[in-house]
Amino acid sequence: MSPVGELVRPSTVPEIQEIVRERRSLLPRGGGTKPALSTPASETTVLDLSQFSGVLEYDPAEFTFTALAATPVREVERMLGAHGQFLPFDPPLAASGATLGGTVASGLSGPRRYRYGGVRDFVLGVRFVDGTGAVVRGGGRVVKNAAGFDLPKLMVGSLGQLGVLVELTFKVFPAPRAHATIRGVRARFEEALRDLLRLNTSGFDLEAVDLEPPGVLWVRLGGQEESLEVRTKRLMAFLEGPVEVLRGEEEQALWEGAREFSWVPAGHALVKVPVTPRRLAALETRLARAGAPRRYSVGGNCAWVAWPLDLALLHRTLVELGLAGLCVLGPPGRRMLGEWEGEAFARRVKQALDPQGKFGVG
Amino acid sequence: MRRAPDLLEGLRSIYPRERILTGPAELAPYESDALTGFRARPRAVVLPETQDEVIATVRWCYREGVPFVARGSGTSLSGGSLPVEDGIVIALNRLNRILRLDPEERIAVVEPGVPNLEVSRAAAPYGLYYAPDPSSQAVCTIGGNVAFNSGGAHCLKYGMTANHVLAIQAVLADGEVVRFGGESLEGVGPDLVGIFVGSEGLFGIALEITLRLLPRPEAYRTVLAAYRSLEQAGEAVARVVASGLLPGAMEIMDRLSLEAAEAAVGAGYPRDAAAVLIVELEGEEPEVEAELHHLLEVIRNSGPTEVRIAKDEAERQKIWKGRKGAFSAVGRLSPDYLVQDGVVPRTKLGQALREIERLSAAYGLRVANVFHAGDGNLHPLILYDGRTTGELERAEALAGEILRMCVHLGGSITGEHGVGVEKRAFLAEMFTEADLAVMRRLRRAMDPRELANRGKVFPPEPVAGTVGA
Repeated sequence: MSPVGELVRPSTVPEIQEIVRERRSLLPRGGGTKPALSTPASETTVLDLSQFSGVLEYDPAEFTFTALAATPVREVERMLGAHGQFLPFDPPLAASGATLGGTVASGLSGPRRYRYGGVRDFVLGVRFVDGTGAVVRGGGRVVKNAAGFDLPKLMVGSLGQLGVLVELTFKVFPAPRAHATIRGVRARFEEALRDLLRLNTSGFDLEAVDLEPPGVLWVRLGGQEESLEVRTKRLMAFLEGPVEVLRGEEEQALWEGAREFSWVPAGHALVKVPVTPRRLAALETRLARAGAPRRYSVGGNCAWVAWPLDLALLHRTLVELGLAGLCVLGPPGRRMLGEWEGEAFARRVKQALDPQGKFGVG
Repeated sequence: MRRAPDLLEGLRSIYPRERILTGPAELAPYESDALTGFRARPRAVVLPETQDEVIATVRWCYREGVPFVARGSGTSLSGGSLPVEDGIVIALNRLNRILRLDPEERIAVVEPGVPNLEVSRAAAPYGLYYAPDPSSQAVCTIGGNVAFNSGGAHCLKYGMTANHVLAIQAVLADGEVVRFGGESLEGVGPDLVGIFVGSEGLFGIALEITLRLLPRPEAYRTVLAAYRSLEQAGEAVARVVASGLLPGAMEIMDRLSLEAAEAAVGAGYPRDAAAVLIVELEGEEPEVEAELHHLLEVIRNSGPTEVRIAKDEAERQKIWKGRKGAFSAVGRLSPDYLVQDGVVPRTKLGQALREIERLSAAYGLRVANVFHAGDGNLHPLILYDGRTTGELERAEALAGEILRMCVHLGGSITGEHGVGVEKRAFLAEMFTEADLAVMRRLRRAMDPRELANRGKVFPPEPVAGTVGA
């Protein structure tokens, strides 16, 4: 049974196993920073994982760490930062209290995903409780591993529907020693998009390429201190047009803000829309017409769309454009929007990991 | 199963006679892959030229209960494309079209039989390339790379195949055709591409694969450092990693593999070195120059006997030719060899290498080491002579000890070659019965009759089971 509004806070893995075996419907929650994904429908028990916090293993020389799933991303970033290391995919909402597990389950990555890869590319190992109540381990603790099916990757974006994440292992990278960001202002969206496409196919090693409609481009460089000046100049010459360079704390704060979605107005949902640079123009036309606050990240591969709380129109728009969306901030209920390819395959996966549908469907 | 002549009738409605191979001489080349110690004779080999033919074949296999193995160029080092005795081999080399190459979106859509290197070749005019670079990249196919999540020398910075596949269309083992993933770098929903890549052909056959292309780095700097001992080279790797540099590749070759590579391709490696470390930096010209400065400082403090920097692309290619040709070169030193690809935590590399040396002496078998040091991904090549009674068994026992050592040190039994048929027995040393149970359930959800690449990955089941040849 799952009494209405029930919330349980287990502190051991056997307790999680018991809860999974006994309850009918469960929704795991980490930091609760993504309410659209962590607020239950009625008659679903919330499995609050906040007791599963803490780093279990970190050897800086190894460039990997293992932590309990509800460890706050911030805590990990501080630990890594002390050794000149970082989680390169810029986990979103870290300052708000996002956890490692929530980041994996929601499958979210931030601006520097452009250069280094997303959360899927950094998760090496997982321990979770599946829908039958069994404790399962997948992947490993080393940076390269082809043994067994890649369950850690499968958990990325699984929204807690395939199991309760208990423990995660990540690889990390050495942090760039210095950063600079170029802000380029273009009169029209089309011009900014053209520059974005040129940047995408150039040989520049860019950490992040974001586009703030209608025409502001944010391009981030990171690397060795001594080469940064030359690289910045080369990039400015390549971009032409009016640009300014940001450095130091101002530069850091800018990207921190992007990771926290500080631009999303109150009373709006936030929806992630995977897209490609070429399909950006059509999406932009529709969103501009609707007046939705928005930002395009990862070199035009990820649109973040703020939307007044009724998502029906956005859903229809995405369907028409053949795009999918994931509601991250906002009211519970509708999590997936638009059109999503892969349901037939996903159903089979679900059947294997959660045969009784304890962790919800669709 | 029905008897052969009548059984193959169904295949004849899919293929013209010349694309169904059944004669002993025709079947012989398909009886094993690059893991030459294992052989099995399939009932037939079919040569599809279209996706529809593959789908029809899989559906036929499902109806008839005939196991099948999809095969690319047969370069698997773990016996991943070893046929099932009396099963069907679906040889995909003719499904080798690059269906779309879109430089602006930086993607290529390819059929499974396209050789790895062909993708980079096709992308080169646009300044793009496909990053995963297995040593066999001139022949190994994308389909095989997807099945085994193949790696290569440049995984350190760019990851393995799984990190470069965006979308897949596949026929599952029961005949359903599914699509998942998309053309964007980002996605929503569970990472289905992530679970399919590396499933070793146990779910079905990828028919169409969307790959992510990267802009070719503006500059490369390839540094070669020679050392008096293998351990010293391993120590240098730890220092480079600790320095905060992120090279594109970091490789080590020991004396035996150096001698072999030198004899085979004349790569110009230092003659008297006990080990050579290759480090490659790549990226923007000014950045690479700055990194090179730091790298050389680290390397010079690691006690090398010689340090060289490739002065042009030709020299760089020569260095890599020796490295990538090392397996086959070592093969010339001995009638037979086994390759392992266990992984250890990078800080335990020195310990692992010492242990391999000890085991080599204890077993009286030569072991050549040529490996992806930056990833902790070992590649001990165990030399043996299959004509000497008991030597294969001794080599296998030595290989087994190396794998157990990797697990014991907190690593993995395979970094990039996959479990295949060769390491089935060792999977249970890394995973519990509960872990394996979930993997088996996944397999059966895609392949209820366990026809696709039957007998691979999973150890034979404890109870009177269905898996295993």
